[in-house]
Amino acid sequence: MQYIDEYRKKELILAVSKELKEISKQPITLMEVCGGHTMAIHRFGLHALLPPAIRLISGPGCPVCVSSQHFLDTAIACSKIPGAIITTYGDLIRVPGSVSSLEKEKANGHDIRIIYSVLEAVEMAKVNPDKKIIFLGIGFETTAPATAAAIVEARKANLLNFFVLSAHKVMPPVMKALVDDGIKINGFIAPGHVSAITGTTIYNDLPKRYGLGVVITGFEPVDLMLAILMLVRQFESKDPKVEIQYQRVVHVEGNKIAQALLTKVFELKDDRWRGLGIIPGSGLKIRSAFADFDAEKHFTVHVPEPVDPKGCICGSILRGLKAPNECRLFATVCTPSDPVGACMVSGEGTCATYYKYRS
Amino acid sequence: MCLAIPAKVITVDGASALVTIEDVEYRASLLLLNDVKPGDFIMLHAGFAIEKIDAEEAAETLRLLNEVANNSFQ
Repeated sequence: MQYIDEYRKKELILAVSKELKEISKQPITLMEVCGGHTMAIHRFGLHALLPPAIRLISGPGCPVCVSSQHFLDTAIACSKIPGAIITTYGDLIRVPGSVSSLEKEKANGHDIRIIYSVLEAVEMAKVNPDKKIIFLGIGFETTAPATAAAIVEARKANLLNFFVLSAHKVMPPVMKALVDDGIKINGFIAPGHVSAITGTTIYNDLPKRYGLGVVITGFEPVDLMLAILMLVRQFESKDPKVEIQYQRVVHVEGNKIAQALLTKVFELKDDRWRGLGIIPGSGLKIRSAFADFDAEKHFTVHVPEPVDPKGCICGSILRGLKAPNECRLFATVCTPSDPVGACMVSGEGTCATYYKYRS
Repeated sequence: MCLAIPAKVITVDGASALVTIEDVEYRASLLLLNDVKPGDFIMLHAGFAIEKIDAEEAAETLRLLNEVANNSFQ
């Protein structure tokens, strides 16, 4: 397939691997922020192609994983509103909330539907005027513009029964929070599709203030290997900067239409992340001009004090402090078919990835 | 979650396009992307075209990679 096969060529991957082994001298730790990157690194077995001095750790870029227990509990409570249809992207329905999960509520007869695109939820609202369609908005800057576009479409269609429960988040504050928190890394493998929307300037602080390299990369093995090579080169020459490896998709200025829609519909708020607590300016809430689509403003639901799963170290894993095999629950009582924590649910969760590709 | 897949644009119909991924047809919303033409490749994410693939930049990345490959196996 064009734009995929050529970036999976063995000879190119091995050539970059050989070059890396030649130039890598000092120990270096890099964080791949995006869950899609974690998945690709394990799927293609890239760890085995890196010299021992290079250590990769996984970060907080899995939206299903970082969504707070409070958000899940609110979504579960919303599913019990008479006439409500909950619409969501797939993985979220399996994440255990404090006392239930969306999957269990679906089994109990509540109407919870997995959709591929938020526009399906808008269509559902049009053909079911007597129902309340509530879309669970999760995801970073890649996904949030689609939700913004859907809200604008719903306004154009004068829909009064389409609502969004927003847990959308933005990437830069959490990356800075991890560094401020004292995580010892030398650079970031930065998310390709988030950056396609935002452009590259959101990362400018990281080299300047923190001395960290940032390379924005794609999701094929050649992309990732090349990004690691670029970060090692920056590190060895003591020249941290923001670079784009994924030039076929990412441009400095980003996608301006998507950025304008994001700003039109959402504003920043302090938001709660699983394992990381509240991070200032890290979440997206619906602006008051679009309050009629805001599920949080429209519905009053009772949500008990969140209970985090006992023994689960998902929080430390999302902060890059621990690896899944350091968790007592990993692959014993916590498995993808019966997950305890969110990181074992999502296909791009660090625990689910380690479980699938464990040796 | 932030995964996006390269898809080829077949026809454009207002704010939506018919695209194919390995001959399987999908609809891609064009609410986030202007100036899309048949024959373009776009990145498809959750039913939305989020960016075009720049053929020249793609070729340049591959040229640089082949250079690394040629140097390393000489």
